[in-house]
Formats: sequence, C-alpha cells, structure tokens
Amino acid sequence: MDAPTQQEASSSAIEIGEITRVLAKQKGCGTSSGSGSGWAGCGSQANRGDLPAETWEKVKNHPCYSEEAHHHYARMHVAVAPACNIKCNYCNRKYDCANESRPGVVSERLTPEQAAKKVAAVASTIPQMTVLGIAGPGDPLANPEKTFKTFELVREAAPDLKLCLSTNGLALPDYVDTITKFNVDHVTITINMIDPVIGAKICPWIFYKHKRYAGIQAAKILTDRQLQGLEMLTARGILCKINSVMIPGINDRHLLEVNKAVKRRGAFLHNIMPLISSPEHGTVFGLNGQRGPTARELKALQDGCEGEMRMMRHCRQCRADAVGLLGEDRRAEFTTEKLMDIDVKYDVESRKVYQAKIEEERAAKSTAERADLTKRADSVSDIKLLVAVATKGAGLINEHFGHAKEFQVYELSSDGAKFVGHRRIDPYCQGGYAEEGSLATVIEAVSDCHAVFIAKIGSRPRTELIKAGVEPVDEYAHEPIDTSTVAWFEAYLDRVSSGAIEHEERGDAAIRPRPLTSAA
Amino acid sequence: MPFKIIASQCTGCSACEPECPNVAIAEKAGTFVIDPKKCTECIGHFDEPQCVAVCPVDNTCVIDTSLARYREPARAEDRT
Repeated sequence: MDAPTQQEASSSAIEIGEITRVLAKQKGCGTSSGSGSGWAGCGSQANRGDLPAETWEKVKNHPCYSEEAHHHYARMHVAVAPACNIKCNYCNRKYDCANESRPGVVSERLTPEQAAKKVAAVASTIPQMTVLGIAGPGDPLANPEKTFKTFELVREAAPDLKLCLSTNGLALPDYVDTITKFNVDHVTITINMIDPVIGAKICPWIFYKHKRYAGIQAAKILTDRQLQGLEMLTARGILCKINSVMIPGINDRHLLEVNKAVKRRGAFLHNIMPLISSPEHGTVFGLNGQRGPTARELKALQDGCEGEMRMMRHCRQCRADAVGLLGEDRRAEFTTEKLMDIDVKYDVESRKVYQAKIEEERAAKSTAERADLTKRADSVSDIKLLVAVATKGAGLINEHFGHAKEFQVYELSSDGAKFVGHRRIDPYCQGGYAEEGSLATVIEAVSDCHAVFIAKIGSRPRTELIKAGVEPVDEYAHEPIDTSTVAWFEAYLDRVSSGAIEHEERGDAAIRPRPLTSAA
Repeated sequence: MPFKIIASQCTGCSACEPECPNVAIAEKAGTFVIDPKKCTECIGHFDEPQCVAVCPVDNTCVIDTSLARYREPARAEDRT
C-alpha cells in the first residue's frame, strides 16, 4: 500500500485547510442584515451553516457541494453516458479535446465494467476520494442502462463511495425510483430557465417519448419535467443542486426567477456558471458570437440570488472524466490502458482511517479560526474590494505569480475575507520562460481586483501589474490567506483614512476559461 | 428506404442504438452503422425515424440514396 502512504505525506499540506470563507461568513452573519447567508456561516456550528443536520452530514465531505470540503476531498467522474436527449446551444457533441476543462468533454468513454475498475483503482490510490459522479458527457439518464449498471458495479467494488449524477432533467421523473433504489446521495439538475420562451433560445430541440420537439413546445416539456423531477427527488429526501448557465441577454435576469423556483421546490444549492463560448468550440453560441458574462456580471447575479439560497462559487466546470481534487485534474494518471494492468485491492478500512484524520484536522482548524474571528469584530467600513490570491492550496499564499494556473478571488470588507470565485489563467512562466503574450491576459483576468497576493513575483510582471492599477503583494508569502488578506485590508483602510491613498472602484474582469493542463 | 449513418459525422454517442425498434444499429469502430436490411424507417413503429430524431448532429442519419431504387432516376437524369 504505497499509495496511501504517499498521500499521507502530502496530507500535511492539505490538512491546514481553507478557513477563510468560514471565517468570513461566520462573521458576516453576526454583523450583516442576515440576507446573504453564505455557504459556510450563519449557524451555531462551524462550516455547517443553516443546513439541517442530516443535510450537513450528507454534504460535508462532498467536494462539489461544500466549498470548504473541496480542499480536503476528491471526486471523480466516469464517462459512461455519451448519449444525450436534448440539444443545447452551448454544447457541441462533436467536440473532443484533451486539454479542455469543460462539461461534456472527455478523452475516452468507458463501459460500466471499465468504469467500476477505474473507480476502485482511483479510490485506492486517492484515499480522500469520497464521491463518484456520472455527468455525461451526454446525459446520464439518457443512458440509463449504462449509468445504473455503473452504479451497481461501483457499489460492489467501492461500497463506501457516495454516488451522484448530473442530468438535464428531461428523463428525470421516470428514474426517480431507480435513483432512490441505488441510494444516490446527490443529484444535480441543469435548469437554465422556467420560461419556455427563454428556453427555446437555449435549447432548440428535445427528444421525448420517441418524438423530436422543437422551440417553445420543447422548452415547455423540458421545464415541466425538470421541476417535476426536482420536486420528486426532494420529496424523497435526495439532495438536489441546480446548475444554471448564465447567458447574457438571454437568461441572465431570468435566473433570479429560476433561483426562486428551485428554492421553493427544495433545491439546497444553486451553482450559476458562466457560459463558456468560443468560436473554436463550434457550439451554436460560440459560432453566433454569444458572449459569456464578465466577472462582475456573474458575481452580481450570484450575489442577487444569495439571499434566496446557498450559492456555489467554487465550481471549476469540470470535464465529464475529471479525477481528483477540484482544479487539480489527475485523470492522466488513470487512463484505461494503465488501469487494466493494475490489480486493485480496495481497502475500506484504511480509507476510513485516512478520512478520520482529515476530519480531526478540519475540526481543530475550525475551532482555532472561530476564536480568531472575534478579535476583529470592531473594524467597520463601507469599502468592499476584491483581491486575487495565488495559492497551491492549504489556505496559504504559496504560489509564484508566474506559476499560477488560477487565482482565487476574495471579497474583502469589514466582514472579513469572503471567497467569491476563481479565475483560470495560462501560467505566465511556462517551462521557465516568461511569455509576454500571456501576461496581458493574466492581468486582464484580475483587472477587477485591487491587489494580487503571491509568494513571489518577477520585476516585469510587478511593473505591469502596478501600471494596470493592481497592487502586487508578496510580503505575506507562505502565510494564511485569511489573516494576510484581512491584515492587508486593514492597512489599506488605514491608508485611505489617513489620506495616503484614495479608494477607487476597479473595472471589470474577463472570465476566460482556459485549458486545464495541470494533469500533465 | 433504409437510413445510413455518415461515419465522419457520427460522434459515436450511441443515442440512436437503443431507440431503433428494429435493432438495426450497431457500433463499428467507434461509430455506429445501420444494417440496411433491417431498417424500416420506423414505419409502423413511430411517426418519425428515431435515429434521425435523436441524433445530436444534424444530417448524420440520412436516407441511403446509393441503394438500388435510388439509382434509377439518377441514371435517367444522366441520359438527358
């Protein structure tokens, strides 16, 4: 059992955990009007929020559902479901690219048998893997035989894994009983509209009961089936997350209505994702020039929905064959070719031991941070601003500017530091060489931020950042994100009040999904 | 009047296979093919050919005009 030992070595990096958002939100709930009940705060217990105990129990180790858990626990998707029963204008079924990180993209498709073997092999190697999802590349419920056969085989091979699936919802009402039977923990339904007129602009046709329906008629059937499926699932106590794709000019404002509708029907988490749309993806939206939202537009919508229900902001819009921690895809280590030779010994007990250790560390961290929080209860200012942080995880500012594959964005206010999203970028230094072309796009990705926190930065990017009005901050290298950003923010407020600087609003930033190459 | 699947268009998604009431569709080297002897265009089963209705890529499941009954008019045009 070499692999778990290796993992233990790296666990000390993971164990420190992300506490910033917990900190921020707990504090936020104490001092704000209570409207924006964030994911992690507002409850008597750290991290748990206002979730009922049984819901918290279900989500606390789910990397996609718990913003804090995603730093500790991993998930994998198996691509066993290639067929789809609806056509969406943001999807292109002909597309297949190794370096893209987008829903619906995979490098290889698996049979249920291959999938089960892969799951057992990955979960044996990555003991923090707790969740197995089926998310396409088509629609899992348009491939019911493959999907449920996979669940059946995984149940046998790796009984401690939680199962989840992601669906467009068209076939959902027909399979709610089967989903219940297989003890699926969580279901994600992609709901982009509840108004068929809007739906027709997103989804040109559906295939339903042996017929192809188009336009408004199709969208009406789709929305009715989605909402019916959602109601049926929540009535059975199955957790439902809603994914929505934000498409400016089409459903952006309407998603506020969608948010209310799904909240009313018992969905517990809403994930509003930016449209990914480039001509080279060959989607209808990509080809007709439909733009995706800017960072500010996305955040405004997420903030607008937050009073209604929990919002998910750490989504990486993963591939349908992603493996590992969010944002750190390890699928390249587990190709079918390599797996077929592996003799897997699945050891539930050693996985339990490893996960218990993670839990201990999480609990200790959470207590420590709550104590820290109260110390800063009295600094009050109306100023809110965004900062970007280069991190390799563990809640530390520990990445070089030039090596960062993404920045985590935090909103700083008197309530503390609140995680509001991430910006994927092409590393500025690739293979030791600084690439001038990418520097501009990196700066563009953080142009709504007042500062960038990094472990280290070269003189040229430093100069360029300053020129762009973004302050490079490297004096907190290898220190915790939460305390560092808050300390910087307090100094910033001091500088403003002493007249040393004037607070100015920043502009907007582009969300530009980049290929995720970290697996290489 | 059987349908055929244009292999270069087919993504191998398998959506058509379970929909075919005649079990005429099978996988072949990553894409799907229709057995012309078994295809009935879904007449007697459904209002529309299921492979065409479910296929996510337009113009991938098409009438196979290379078959005998379609050659006649083509030759007639050639003669004029």
